[in-house]
Amino acid sequence: MAARETIIRVRDLVVGFGAATVLDRLSLDVYRGEILGFVGGSGAGKSVLMRTIIGLVAKRAGTIEVFGVDLGRAGERQRRAIERRWGILFQQGALFSSLTVRQNVQFPMREYLDLSDRLRDEIAVAKLEMVGLTADVAEKFPAELSGGMVKRVALARALALDPEIVFLDEPTSGLDPISAGAFDDLIRTLQRTLGLTVFMVTHDLDSLHTVCDRIAVLADGRVVVEGPIGAMLASDHPWVREYFRGKRARVAAE
Amino acid sequence: MQVTVDAVISQPTLDARLSGERLELAAAGAWTVENAQALEPLVEAASDRHQKVARVSIDMGRVDRLDTFGAWLIERLLRAWRSAGLDATVVGLADHYRGLLNEVKNVNREPPPRPRRRSGIARLLENIGRAVGNTAQDLTIIVQMLGETAAALARVFVRPANLRFTSVVHHLDRVGLQAVPIILLITFLLGCIIAQQGIFHFRRFGAELYVVDMISILVLRELGVIMVSIMIAGRSGSSYTAELGSMKMREEIDALRTMGFAPVDVLVLPRILALVVALPLLTFIGSMAALYGGGLVCWLYGGISPEIFVSRLKDAISLDHFAVGMIKAPFMAAMIGLVACAEGLQVKGSAESLGLHTTTSVVKSVFLVIVMDGVFAMFFAAIGK
Repeated sequence: MAARETIIRVRDLVVGFGAATVLDRLSLDVYRGEILGFVGGSGAGKSVLMRTIIGLVAKRAGTIEVFGVDLGRAGERQRRAIERRWGILFQQGALFSSLTVRQNVQFPMREYLDLSDRLRDEIAVAKLEMVGLTADVAEKFPAELSGGMVKRVALARALALDPEIVFLDEPTSGLDPISAGAFDDLIRTLQRTLGLTVFMVTHDLDSLHTVCDRIAVLADGRVVVEGPIGAMLASDHPWVREYFRGKRARVAAE
Repeated sequence: MQVTVDAVISQPTLDARLSGERLELAAAGAWTVENAQALEPLVEAASDRHQKVARVSIDMGRVDRLDTFGAWLIERLLRAWRSAGLDATVVGLADHYRGLLNEVKNVNREPPPRPRRRSGIARLLENIGRAVGNTAQDLTIIVQMLGETAAALARVFVRPANLRFTSVVHHLDRVGLQAVPIILLITFLLGCIIAQQGIFHFRRFGAELYVVDMISILVLRELGVIMVSIMIAGRSGSSYTAELGSMKMREEIDALRTMGFAPVDVLVLPRILALVVALPLLTFIGSMAALYGGGLVCWLYGGISPEIFVSRLKDAISLDHFAVGMIKAPFMAAMIGLVACAEGLQVKGSAESLGLHTTTSVVKSVFLVIVMDGVFAMFFAAIGK
């Protein structure tokens, strides 16, 4: 890869709750067009970093730049413009339970775009089909869907405005290995066709092996190792060694 | 700064050139979501221009950005022409957009299912039918809940160890003790207002002293218990419904069931018992506060001194008036608790359903409290109390 464009730049980020410091001077770069896997122990602060970047958690210090704009200094208008250019898949899907699947996917379009009903319906169905669902789920409510379908609909909603960055919070958790594998393939395919940048918080070793271009490991509040899977396997950090070369990891690698 | 955020988004265009039987279109600019609004009319206009041509080609060479919105509109255009029997092709597409255009070839192949719509009259009839059905079902559910709670209570009598005493005390604190300040305030004000109105109007007949009769009978027999019941339905009934409803949503109630606990034993009975104990106490406190408020206004506004007020009170009321009010309280409490818990357990998966059932719970219990008070009034009139 030639000179890579940095799309998210995090520098010396400090985030804490009360007396506890979760992220301690963390720095991380995400490049355009890559799938970054972000791993770390339970409670290490992976989701906190994601939520801080998208603005749901307040930071104590440091800077976060997305598309070259410092989010700490961006005005309301600028922030909204940036929020339009990213999509987020929450861990539990976070579908609006009172809206149908079609209305869920159309929600961001209604908010930001003034489209004809026909085009809006066509795009909603197109997005649903692109994430591997069929048109007949469109009129269902989230409560009627299975766990895997909820994730797919949530992904379709995250992709509704053709964002440049997609944040995925444990996309394959709660799915059976076959569905998880299919979801990984889906992310890979969509990333290629749509040219997405994917920031994926995950625990799934298979996902890390198969879809991630680069992996960053969070431990003790900062990124201790980053690089492709080979770098993970070569690392001497005790947690990284245990994670990537432990019993479960050997099975996944085979 | 704005430039970096909005990037450079060029206007999309679609120029047409006719050469013999061949229509050549040249697309340019950003065919992306930001321009979707402008793109659709372009595509609509182009798809109508197929008279007298046999072949169409779209040159995508000058399109600098393409996303799902643009790709779908191109695909829509191609489909419109092909269904009109034209030979339509795309040329000059950048390699990295080829996958996207291939992807949208497979979408929207089947007509989307439309939500079913019925005519006005059919819908009206359906709604009436549903409302009647729901009312009947609601009654069944409340009776069912009454039966289950009674059975749970019977189990407690057989084996007192079954009673979740800690839970009862916890709820007693929440619906009883913590409700005292607001109940005191509201009933006190109610007493004041009744006294003021009474004095104001009775003064014209020189019958101010009868205000004491009015306040005491009204408060002790009816208003005390009704006011407190309505307050508790709004305050505690709604929280019961919301609690049980969100537990239902998060499968906590299913978890209880699978561990061999009956939700009625663990969740419903302690809540209803706490209400049945708390409501008479609150009614008593509330009635006293109302009398106190009434007495205060009589003294300050009506010039009836506390000595006269108390002696008049002794003549005006008997133990019967007090008993009539107090006897109703536990029944009201049971009704509020049953409705609140039954509604809570009806909650389905969505947040909307939780809100709906919480509202229904309050509306229904307030309504039933008033109906029950009417029934009691007829009963006491019949036995001459």
